[in-house]
Amino acid sequence: MALAQAKQTLTEDRLAAVTLPGGAVWSRAAREAALGRVHAMGLPERRDEYWKFTRPDSLVQAVASPAALFDNSDEPEMFGGVERLKIVFVDGVFDATASDDLALEGIRIERLAEVDRSDIHWARDLYGVLETRGQTPVPRPLAALNTATATDGVLIHVTGRASKPINLIYNHKSETSDAMLHHVIRLDAGTDITILENGPAAARFNKVIEVDIADDAAFHHVCTQGRDHERRAATHLFARLGARSAFKSFTMTANGVMTRNECVIELTGDDAIAHVAGAAMGDGDFHQDDTVFITHDAERCESRQVFKKVLRNGATGVFQGKILVKPGAQKTDGYQISQALLLDGDSQFLAKPELEIYADDVACSHGSTSGAIDEDALYYLRARGIPKAIATDLLTLSFLAEAVEEIENEGLRDEITDRLRGWLERRRD
Amino acid sequence: MLEIKNLHVDLEEEEKSILKGVTLTVEAGSVHAIMGPNGSGKSTLSYVLSGRDGYVVTQGSATLGGVDLLELEPEERAAAGLFLAFQYPVEIPGVGNMTFMRTAINAQRKARGESEISAADFLKLVRQKARTLQIDAEMLKRPVNVGFSGGEKKRNEILQMAMLEPKMCILDETDSGLDVDAMKLVADGVNALRDEGRGFLVITHYQRLLDHIRPDVVHIMADGRIVKSGGPELALEVEQNGYADILTEEA
Repeated sequence: MALAQAKQTLTEDRLAAVTLPGGAVWSRAAREAALGRVHAMGLPERRDEYWKFTRPDSLVQAVASPAALFDNSDEPEMFGGVERLKIVFVDGVFDATASDDLALEGIRIERLAEVDRSDIHWARDLYGVLETRGQTPVPRPLAALNTATATDGVLIHVTGRASKPINLIYNHKSETSDAMLHHVIRLDAGTDITILENGPAAARFNKVIEVDIADDAAFHHVCTQGRDHERRAATHLFARLGARSAFKSFTMTANGVMTRNECVIELTGDDAIAHVAGAAMGDGDFHQDDTVFITHDAERCESRQVFKKVLRNGATGVFQGKILVKPGAQKTDGYQISQALLLDGDSQFLAKPELEIYADDVACSHGSTSGAIDEDALYYLRARGIPKAIATDLLTLSFLAEAVEEIENEGLRDEITDRLRGWLERRRD
Repeated sequence: MLEIKNLHVDLEEEEKSILKGVTLTVEAGSVHAIMGPNGSGKSTLSYVLSGRDGYVVTQGSATLGGVDLLELEPEERAAAGLFLAFQYPVEIPGVGNMTFMRTAINAQRKARGESEISAADFLKLVRQKARTLQIDAEMLKRPVNVGFSGGEKKRNEILQMAMLEPKMCILDETDSGLDVDAMKLVADGVNALRDEGRGFLVITHYQRLLDHIRPDVVHIMADGRIVKSGGPELALEVEQNGYADILTEEA
């Protein structure tokens, strides 16, 4: 189908500025194919149904809007208490000095900017592949643009049980940076890895992760997006799950003028489990969008979406979550909850939960609410001597708890809770 | 200790008087019970004293140890020594029972200019008090009141009371929803806290609780007023004859 004139103009203008990074034959082919996809689907605009609640303009425009740097030295280093392997990017550029040696037993780590020169690599069969699969039925042009033009990223092949998590750290040091990273993670059967990510990355960040999880493997993921107020981010996490495998992802978004986090999960093997959760906290100029699409294409799989947002001073939260149960995906267990706690009358939460089910023996439930602090609970805490501000924080953490509890590791869970508490304490009236 | 004088209270949202001149003094070391038919204003009295929103005091006063309660925020009333055991304790998912109690104790201590209780001292204290109320470690770890049975919720209220050591305790229908054994346990918890420096106001529908918590004075409340006061025998009279006789006699 031909694109509407306005969309075509927008797309062609934007792509005119694009040059594909050089590389081996396979990567050039993948990038050119991705660029072709962007031409065909066009870049997102306001009128697109999938962008109804979030204005894509600032994510699409050729030059990123500048973002002031944020001093986060009042808090200890994120994941500082965790034994981990650090891989650091500054404004999207790999920082070899700040990074650890990219060697860990049970894992092979390489950089996209290096391996895409070699002709034979396992990533050839994955780079852009899950992204392409994720383009149907809903186009995700910013992800295709990323596949075409990402300058770097890491390729992680998990062949055993990783002894510690890998921490991708995204520092932001230039007010005008525009970063684009593309990671590919492949878990062999029966393996296990935890990926941690933190930091704002750049004034504007476009990130894609493709995760291919073989049978009986487990992927754990905890991501925090920094505290910079003016940064913008469009992220995509594509995952394909084999039989009896597990995918557990949690993202914390505190501050940020524009965030769109898309998560696209395909359950392709029986008895797999996918949990995706998020806690977002915005105060003032804040727009945060979680868009999730989970496809059940195997029997007895379980999926959970748990998203909580705390909004004040005119902040906006968006949730678009879909569960698609394909014919034959019997005994699917799907659950979806999205909730906003509106701390004043100015903030808003826009939610679009969707279920599309083509199998007759499934259990899917979904719910979405927005509300204020529970007055009865507040009175109860205050009647025990807890001042209103502290009681409000406790109830806010209580509201977020269901999402945070999706993080299995207790140490990581506590670290996230500390950040959430810190954010609230700094805003006490 | 607690002095309520000619207290008049309206609902904030609608023009309706609930309390129409309540006068009551609870001395330190004594236990007063308030009985009365549904809608007489018993629970409202407890809410107004503890500072719940939604009520307007139009006349009268309420003081605790000479401090004007009605001027204070709910948390300030608690720090001043007032405790209300709720008729319907609130469930708070995601907040651990221990965290909740420790936050409350330390907030009260801070408000009174005292130092915080150490984690070790707190743990020791809570374990000791929990044991006498047959509250196990599992219950202490769980989120506040979440998944607690009716009896567990009420025992948890008494545990909080024991931990906070208030000067003045108000029990709002603490016996409702309790079986005989649970009531005994709760009553034992309350009796263990009775001492010369502490006052109790026990709001109840039934005489049964007063078999276990022996009151010094019993008040009958009807239509927003205390219509009759007497000794423990008054509660027995209610149990045998209902409120009708007393109300007719007082009218």
